[in-house]
Amino acid sequence: MTAAPLIEVEDLRIDLDDGAKHVAAVEGVSFRIDRGETFGLVGESGCGKSITALALIGLLRRPLSVAAGAIRFEGREIQGLSAAEQRALRGNRIAMIFQEPMTALNPVSPVGRQIAEMFVLHKGKSWREADQLAVEALANVRVPAPERRVKDYPHQLSGGMRQRVMIAIALACDPDLLIADEPTTALDVTVQAEIIELMRNLCAERGTAILMISHDLGLVANVCRRVGVMYAGRIVEERGSDDIFRACAHPYTQGLVDSLPRLGSRAALGRSRLREIAGVVPAITDFPSGCRFNPRCARATEICRATAPETTWLDAGGLVRCHHHA
Amino acid sequence: MRLGTSAIIGGVLFALAIFVGLFAPWLAHTDPVMGANLMNAEEPPSWTWWFGTDAQGRDIYSRVVHGARISLTVGIVSQLVNSVIGVTLGLTAGYWGGWWDDFVNGLTNLMLAIPSLIFALAIMAVLGPGLTSLLIALGLTNWSFTCRIARASTLSLKSQGYVQAARVLGYGDLRIMITQLLPNMVGPIIVIGTLGMGGAVLAEASLSFLGLGIRPPYPSWGSMLSEARDQITTAPWLSVFPGLAIFLTVLGLNLLGDGLRDVLDPQSRSRRS
Repeated sequence: MTAAPLIEVEDLRIDLDDGAKHVAAVEGVSFRIDRGETFGLVGESGCGKSITALALIGLLRRPLSVAAGAIRFEGREIQGLSAAEQRALRGNRIAMIFQEPMTALNPVSPVGRQIAEMFVLHKGKSWREADQLAVEALANVRVPAPERRVKDYPHQLSGGMRQRVMIAIALACDPDLLIADEPTTALDVTVQAEIIELMRNLCAERGTAILMISHDLGLVANVCRRVGVMYAGRIVEERGSDDIFRACAHPYTQGLVDSLPRLGSRAALGRSRLREIAGVVPAITDFPSGCRFNPRCARATEICRATAPETTWLDAGGLVRCHHHA
Repeated sequence: MRLGTSAIIGGVLFALAIFVGLFAPWLAHTDPVMGANLMNAEEPPSWTWWFGTDAQGRDIYSRVVHGARISLTVGIVSQLVNSVIGVTLGLTAGYWGGWWDDFVNGLTNLMLAIPSLIFALAIMAVLGPGLTSLLIALGLTNWSFTCRIARASTLSLKSQGYVQAARVLGYGDLRIMITQLLPNMVGPIIVIGTLGMGGAVLAEASLSFLGLGIRPPYPSWGSMLSEARDQITTAPWLSVFPGLAIFLTVLGLNLLGDGLRDVLDPQSRSRRS
């Protein structure tokens, strides 16, 4: 297959520069997502997954900026687009949903209006047509009685309903890529399952690619075909989501997998503690030299402290960056 | 939304003033300017002359009623101008930041440093007396508080999820300001505007009293007070009624402003419920 990928990130580096300090928050991040594909980025808070997503839509703001690397959407470099061209892309071709459905909706505007705004903004519809389309969009995300719900304000809806509205807004213009940044973190587990199912089905129907960002490895592996594990601004392992659980190569991924409770395991039955990864994520200003995981890694040796590991392509598909990968 | 007692009293007083202003020609007994008749000069209040008459024999009641038009026009229009200027400057300064923010901040501080009445006096001195110059003078001198509030609201709203979300969804700057920021700050802006309106009514009275606002023989509450000041001992009704009108209107606006603040401020609302 020679078709250009939908979005391709190559050797992305994002710098944090507040005048006094100058550090690379994200470094050497590369991945590609094809049309209709699902890709997940997993990592702890502060590992750079969300700013990577912001870079994809050209919305990094000072003190953050893209310092090196390329982000190509359908072969076109995003950095090179004018502000107006970027705006036309956002919401229209690349949409995004957020962690907090409580705050991501404008509290003083009816939800139908907020969906309709997308049709007016990107599709040039009249308000009357847009209001009609908003009802359909709400029906598509399985909101009951959509013709009445469009007049509701966000505070009148439950968390799950609000996230449905967010999905309706994001998918209003049939985007090619949906970025879901921790889409269900703020929701109950049962609602979480419904929302994920809904998002997956709608995207599959429309051929929308998903970039899902989460700290929840299990959730991401469930939704996405491929998973990239990020640690301290770098992708340390990228694998098919089935392989991640079966045979992950990086010790950090192994730690993540081990820290998940499993049905029937001794830990779940309360007979032993869940395994955790010792230590905490280093602060962005003092990343360790060499492999950034080395202070927390059981396999760390001298070389890990000295040089950052190169990318190793695995025979089974995927890549890992570790001197001592499994 | 539950309205407090003060908002209701204030609202009724303000509505009464508006009603009087709107229907002045029907409510007045005589023409406020031409209805002079020296036969009736300086009559104290009675059933015929509700508020008494002045030295020219003009009906004070009719003049107060017509004065409501001028006072309210000045109050409402100049405060609207102030709100538009203040919100535009504050919103854009808070949103864009940078040198524009510094510039607007400097300008606001400058305006706050000069007493607005003195500044209005200076403008009136240049433009000359009259309704239009009064509107310009008061409209240009009282926007600093609105500007401050608008800027502060913008700064706090800017980091809200939905403003970020709007940017991610491809909204332009102007669309974000109009659909996301402005509707979320109208509460405090309305409160400041209502209080400012009371201030503008007072400022109009002061300027007219000083002879720089509305000139006699046209009836404005301030100019009526100015004319009446020599007869305050011999014919107190000449100053009492226009003074009372100013007092009640400004009181009404202030009560309304305070009441609206209680209703529109989400924090005080959650405290009560």
